[in-house]
Amino acid sequence: MVSIRSVSVNPGSLALSDFPWIIHHREDRCTLCGQCTAVCPKGAIRLEYMRKRLPKLDVFQKQRGSEYKTFTGIRQVMDMDHMCIGCAMCSMVCPNEAIAPVSGTNENRTLFFNNRKGEPLKRGGRRNATGPTLLDKMMFTRISMLTDPALDAGRHEFTATTTIGRILSPEDFLDRTLNGGWIPATREIFPFVIGSMSFGALSPNMWLGLLQGVAYCNEVLGIPVVMCTGEGGCPPWVLRSPYLKYIILQIASGYFGWDEIIRAIPEMQCDPAAIEIKYGQGAKPGDGGLLMWYKVSKLIARLRGVPEGVDLPSPPVHQTLYSIEESVMKMTQTLSMAFNHKVPVYPKISASTSAKAVLNNLVRNPYAAGLMIDGIDGGTGAAYNVSMDATGHPIASCVRDCYLDLAKQGKQNEIPIFAAGGIGKNGNVAQNGMAMIMLGASGVHVGKYIMQAAAGCLGNEKNRCNVCNLGICPKGITSQNSKLYRRLDPDKVAQRVAEIFMSINTEVKKIMAPLGRSQSLPIGMSDAIGINDKAAAERLQIRYIC
Amino acid sequence: MCRLALKSANEPFSPYEVLTAMEAMQEGYDGSGLGLLLRGLEFEDFKYNPNFPVLSGIAHTEKAWNTIKDYMEERGYELKYDHRFHHEEGHIEATDRFRYFMRAYRMPPAFRDKSTEEREEELLKTRLALRALSNDDNKITVFSFYPDVAMIKEVGWPLQIGNGLCLHDGQIKSRICMAQGRQNTNYGINLYACHPFFIQGISTMTNGENTAFVPIRDWLIGKQIPGYMGYQSDSEVFTHILHYTLKKLKLPLQAYKHIITPLNSGELKNHPQGEFLSGLRQACKRLIIDGPNAVIGTLPDETSLLVMDQKKLRPATVGGREGAWAIASELCGVDALVPDRDPSSDFQPMREHTVIIPPHRKELEIWSQYDPFPSIQAA
Repeated sequence: MVSIRSVSVNPGSLALSDFPWIIHHREDRCTLCGQCTAVCPKGAIRLEYMRKRLPKLDVFQKQRGSEYKTFTGIRQVMDMDHMCIGCAMCSMVCPNEAIAPVSGTNENRTLFFNNRKGEPLKRGGRRNATGPTLLDKMMFTRISMLTDPALDAGRHEFTATTTIGRILSPEDFLDRTLNGGWIPATREIFPFVIGSMSFGALSPNMWLGLLQGVAYCNEVLGIPVVMCTGEGGCPPWVLRSPYLKYIILQIASGYFGWDEIIRAIPEMQCDPAAIEIKYGQGAKPGDGGLLMWYKVSKLIARLRGVPEGVDLPSPPVHQTLYSIEESVMKMTQTLSMAFNHKVPVYPKISASTSAKAVLNNLVRNPYAAGLMIDGIDGGTGAAYNVSMDATGHPIASCVRDCYLDLAKQGKQNEIPIFAAGGIGKNGNVAQNGMAMIMLGASGVHVGKYIMQAAAGCLGNEKNRCNVCNLGICPKGITSQNSKLYRRLDPDKVAQRVAEIFMSINTEVKKIMAPLGRSQSLPIGMSDAIGINDKAAAERLQIRYIC
Repeated sequence: MCRLALKSANEPFSPYEVLTAMEAMQEGYDGSGLGLLLRGLEFEDFKYNPNFPVLSGIAHTEKAWNTIKDYMEERGYELKYDHRFHHEEGHIEATDRFRYFMRAYRMPPAFRDKSTEEREEELLKTRLALRALSNDDNKITVFSFYPDVAMIKEVGWPLQIGNGLCLHDGQIKSRICMAQGRQNTNYGINLYACHPFFIQGISTMTNGENTAFVPIRDWLIGKQIPGYMGYQSDSEVFTHILHYTLKKLKLPLQAYKHIITPLNSGELKNHPQGEFLSGLRQACKRLIIDGPNAVIGTLPDETSLLVMDQKKLRPATVGGREGAWAIASELCGVDALVPDRDPSSDFQPMREHTVIIPPHRKELEIWSQYDPFPSIQAA
């Protein structure tokens, strides 16, 4: 045994097996083309010169010896700054199946060192909790069998749109129709909305691809999909285009991009779909948006009206607002007025035990056009790991409580509740969304799933990739580096968006048809769902099944 | 799935006629219940004044019977007529039926000069109060309390119930009779679950299951309108939606169809009142039914109506001649109710239609949702 000082170990030294992802490299297959090392976003693998010993036995001389040979091979870098994130870009580009990251089976020791320099871990993605979600476990159990005929998803005519915007009670609607009062603006939209991902968080190619796809869904497929910008404005040409009607503009506590938007108002060809005022985000409640300096490119800096290359942390709250009452009164009304009261304006909050209090304030405000609640499983481009993993509230019970509260007041048709946070986390996007709708949501916002399905985002809940915050997205989805985002072809993203919504549209019908529903979205049809979990069934006031 | 029959005729007829017609459709119900509504009443032994509200229901015990009588007296109602059913033993299975009642009252003097609305309010309150008197022990069942309307509901086969109550004896006749033979599906056998359902003179009955029942029920309960309660049957909401349309929103009858099965956005774009109807669709979104249902109803002015759900998966038929018309869930039911008609003029409404048998009973009116919507000021 040698003295400790003669080997280079320090408190942060880790063995290969301590890392969450371990590169398996087959030298017998490797042609040393170098593509893997060139593509690796973290520089986690390196071409290295190494020496190996070959035993040499001279039988005639009866001598044993060694021969030394120098060779070139791939090695994993063993420091935290360059640790493998499991994105597997290396294996995607390898022409010879010589390399792949494998999930480590030992405990992940990097968790103890991801706070170097006193900086806690920041990352993109969402709560790292694997396995089926509560929504995945929901089943649609009220099947129309014999007592009434099940419908034909392929042949019957279905109306599966939802309304965004304040809906008057029938009494008020008639009164204002007769007496010429203001009837708040509403939109009929597809209940699956592309959730708020900012121009800044997303690369220009990703954004363009999404918008092209959304326009195709609306104008060719007849599926009225809308998408939300997130904080950070909207490209000026989009603001002045007829595509603005497919866009929900978000205003958040940093007010980034709103100079550009306000200046564009007189030149707008159409109204936006809606305005979303972000007060909170499910992935990081209590935090504002965060665009890290790596991603503040020239274009982003111009859109946001800031210098290039600086961190852009939005404050946790809107600084001008003192309370929810004020917020609802001032911001909602002001923004409604800015668009001539022709655009629905609604707040977005993090799911929380206080959501009902917010909702009750909105009920009393005639300008509030709905409530968007984002649960703990929502995604983000950048946040502290501790916020993502442990802060927030699951979406299902929060939305259910809010819906039942509205129903008690007979107002469930007046303030639509939109839900987000974990919809499609395991790929079951239509099933998750429809379960939320039957619990009482008028529709759902889907962000992470769209990145995964439309652009092949590699992030997952085993903390694979999840480096959206650093601007090194290997797929070019969340990077402002043109070398990276050129990897992403906007046309192909658009095609995937169209495919996704065609498929969701069909699955929605396949869910509604056996329930005997076709004429309206089954919002609050809680008799149709069941779950094999007694406690959850009781909490959500739905049927327990086994 | 249930079987429904309605007859509307100028000449009052015995409800037994409708029960006989129900026999033609017997394969469609299972003896789990019969509901009868009679409107335009005529009693053999009493010259009935159609302004007198009639209280109908069942007192299950003698004590309950006394409670009802006392309560009505205390509330200031003066009994004008108390119909006694002649009973024939061995037909009705239920044993706890002390008294089927059908009693005509004069309203308390305080209501003599009150508006119709106030009088209707009082009648509803009285009915609900009576119903509430026996919330714990279910000893009082009250079906209706309204001028010129009476109801009978009982568990069993329609004809047996008719025989048990001797409805063939001509003691009671009416110009309109609605009947439902119940096929018990999702819900327990309960007298209040038998159609037709009734509120303030408005009554409907339905066949098929109401797949959108829970969201509709939740919305109606949330409105906290007196009488929007019970919901032992998923079909009760159809009656309450009609009541809400006519009495609360004060919209014309045409609006009912536009509320329960609104036109789609494309159709509304081409409709002369498309903008208004789109707004109405949105405001009343939670009242959209999804079928499969045929809804048959009657109103206080002796109008009868028939509408389908949008997919028309439970087609019903209407047929008849001047002075006598029938609506039934099966064509054979119409045959049995008005045999002396021209069957080639029978009509099965499409998804956009509302079929009306007007009070004059001269001819059918068929409204389409594509027609211009009457001005709401006129309502």
